[in-house]
Amino acid sequence: MDFANFSIQLLNGVQYGLLLFLLAAGLTLIFGIMGVVNLAHGSFYMIGAYLAYALTGAWDSLALAVVVGTLISIALGWGLEKLLFRHFYHRPHLDQVLLTFGLIYIFEELRSMLWGDDVHSVGVPEALNWSIALTDTLSYPAYRLFMLAICTLLALGLWLFISKTKLGMKIRAGAFNSDMAQALGINIVRLHALVFAMGVALAALGGMLIAPLSSVYPHMGSQVLIMCFVVVVIGGIGSVRGALTAALLVGLVDTFGKVLLPQFASMLVYVLMALVLLYKPEGLFKQ
Amino acid sequence: MTEPLLEAKQLSKRFGGLLAVNGVSLSLHKDQLHAVIGPNGAGKTTLTHLLSGDIPATSGELWLKGQSVSGWPHHRLSLHGLGRSYQKTNVFLPLTVWENLMLAAQARDAHAPFNPLAWFKRADHNQAVVARADRALHLSGLALVRDKTAAILSHGIQRQLEIAMVLATEPEVLLLDEPLAGMGAAEAETMVELLQALKKDHAMLLVEHDMDAVFALADVLTVMVNGTVIASGTPEAIRSDAKVQAAYLGEATP
Amino acid sequence: MSAPQAHLESLPRSVQLLMVLGLIALVAFPFAGQDFYTQMVTRMMILAIFAMSLDLLQGVTGLVSLGHAAYFGLAGYVLAFMSPADAGASWLTTLPLAMLGSGLGALVIGFFVVRTQGIYFIMVTMAFAQMMYYLFFDNKGLGGSDGMYINVRPAALGLDLENKLVLYYFTLACLCVTYQFLRRLLWSPFGRTLNGIRLNEHRTQALGYDSFSYKLTAFTLAGALAGLAGYLWAAQTGYVNPELMGFHMSAHAIMMVILGGMGNVAGALIGAFGFELFLHLFKDLPKVGDFDLGKHWQLWMGSLIVLVVIVAPQGLMGLLRPRSKDD
Repeated sequence: MDFANFSIQLLNGVQYGLLLFLLAAGLTLIFGIMGVVNLAHGSFYMIGAYLAYALTGAWDSLALAVVVGTLISIALGWGLEKLLFRHFYHRPHLDQVLLTFGLIYIFEELRSMLWGDDVHSVGVPEALNWSIALTDTLSYPAYRLFMLAICTLLALGLWLFISKTKLGMKIRAGAFNSDMAQALGINIVRLHALVFAMGVALAALGGMLIAPLSSVYPHMGSQVLIMCFVVVVIGGIGSVRGALTAALLVGLVDTFGKVLLPQFASMLVYVLMALVLLYKPEGLFKQ
Repeated sequence: MTEPLLEAKQLSKRFGGLLAVNGVSLSLHKDQLHAVIGPNGAGKTTLTHLLSGDIPATSGELWLKGQSVSGWPHHRLSLHGLGRSYQKTNVFLPLTVWENLMLAAQARDAHAPFNPLAWFKRADHNQAVVARADRALHLSGLALVRDKTAAILSHGIQRQLEIAMVLATEPEVLLLDEPLAGMGAAEAETMVELLQALKKDHAMLLVEHDMDAVFALADVLTVMVNGTVIASGTPEAIRSDAKVQAAYLGEATP
Repeated sequence: MSAPQAHLESLPRSVQLLMVLGLIALVAFPFAGQDFYTQMVTRMMILAIFAMSLDLLQGVTGLVSLGHAAYFGLAGYVLAFMSPADAGASWLTTLPLAMLGSGLGALVIGFFVVRTQGIYFIMVTMAFAQMMYYLFFDNKGLGGSDGMYINVRPAALGLDLENKLVLYYFTLACLCVTYQFLRRLLWSPFGRTLNGIRLNEHRTQALGYDSFSYKLTAFTLAGALAGLAGYLWAAQTGYVNPELMGFHMSAHAIMMVILGGMGNVAGALIGAFGFELFLHLFKDLPKVGDFDLGKHWQLWMGSLIVLVVIVAPQGLMGLLRPRSKDD
């Protein structure tokens, strides 16, 4: 593989990894703090993508669609937490699994009723619809670089928020020991609502950003969900640092795997997970 | 002096920056009760965890019946004759007393799970297991509550069940972590009588705060403060030890 | 509210009666109904075996597996590989081999998966099942996304599974054997230990049980039984594809077990029949004005599941069980 090709794959891998991080971060925090298994997390990703499709179609601006879409997702997350999830924090995991199964069905059907079952595409915004030439024959799309930049900023922002701010510290305390955090006077109810809404918003945002690249289709949610699970398992539940490390690892392994070993590419990530499980069944950075 | 059934040599346990147990050595002999006392946070329960294999030691050795068992998981130690009761009642709450004991009694008879013969016979048809459970039931005085669900039992009876379960596995070494925790005077007396009866044929370790019980039962006393042993010997020697008086007995609440 | 339940193995009188009546009904059914319904009930019985195998894992041992379909599909593929293009294989050889294959798959994956706990376990079972899915999906040699056909159904000892009626009673026999086997297992020392692991794994270990080996054995056994169901499914439909190992199939199994009620095998059986009946009910709903109710069956199914979780988390068995004096 020559240098230009290698750079392209590297960029793709990091970009995919950062996208996974956006989703996995929310998932790992929701797992770690509230102890809730949320299988519908992939649905939020799908909802984000479809929102991007619908809103861009209406207003012809991806940027506006993303902003409005994010606000809608935050509201959706907040509402779901208050109405449903809050009552399931102390229920057995099986009940949570079931609840989120039911939600997946419902979301799938609502999406089908609102936007149909076809595959849709979302246009790359004019401003970013060009490519940077790397060699005579290879070029890299500007939108991908843009996504890379945005995801890096978001990842950095999330990192700083979690590790440097007071609120971030409370979240980490909650991930470490929920009861203790409550005993220390942290308003755990509001914290839970915040974390949940944030998780949903991040997932939806991921879907919105990826829409121009991967198109918008019915089962995109379940596909990314599995990857998220793998990332969370490798990284360790409740650890944002773990989610980032694992997401980048998974992104790179998957991307390079597809190029180097196409027949076993999809399996590589699971082999990686199996290896991690042999030595660290609770993930690399378990709290 | 006979060979010790259980021997710990320089056991230590470090949790990050905290040294919970620091170089503790002790030995348990048959027909003897060895009590471990000390203020809260002295590391007594952690030490018990190390001896039972619930958590691995950071350093040190553990010997059971003359065999090195350092690093063994607790189920393996249990099969080799080490029984342990817990400070926080750890029984199968949704099951009846009898079912709890049957599960415990069956452990010694456990076929490897991959033996299909273990899949076709009813568990309660094994006479040897039933006899073992029955013995533990009567030894601990639980015959009257045989078919009651563990969850509805009074605290004192639950503590008795806690011990009974260990007895049903017919261990040679007994590690008892605060068996009298939360008991009233009458219940405590019953428990002390039970423990006294158990001294014969077992090597026992008792972690307790109840000083009356400790001095009534102990043949050897070890005193721990901040993870370290500050004194070890006969009850009389310990009672008159200046260090111990300063550190513990002066402030102890029975 | 989240305390584990015990004595799930005991069946209330009403359920015992239901089982007997159900058996009689199943034996008599083909003579009363049309061909289509016979096939539908065969499918329900196959799913009941699948659900019961999951109950061993979930209801008895307390392991929530989101990837149980991997072993269901695997057995179907074994049959497909062993079926010649123009003749039927012998079920006398292919059925045990298929179950062995599924069991082996479960043993290998279980080795990695059983060492995890709680949420991790749920996620990794799902992940490994997806791995299997992609293994078959991406490789033409294994059938690829198109799957494989079984052109002629298996036959042996004069019983040709090509014949719908023979398949029906063959499946019924498998159902009865599986049910009896699992019920006996519940009361055996092995089953009691699995129950103990579910209620308090730590204490079970402290008593001397190597819980890892027990869980792995349960996982493998459950996989082999799922394989039995998968084999029959493939024998009925004559077609296998990666979707049989997919997430939706695994989710299907979990929902059946929950709907019926976990931990006593009978619940899984009831749940399987109930789930399929609800599915057919919702799919056959008529149009109300412009709104096609049946087309949007997922909405009704999803709502039913959410309702069951909120109102009756112990499933139908929970509703049928009399309140014990200890409640």
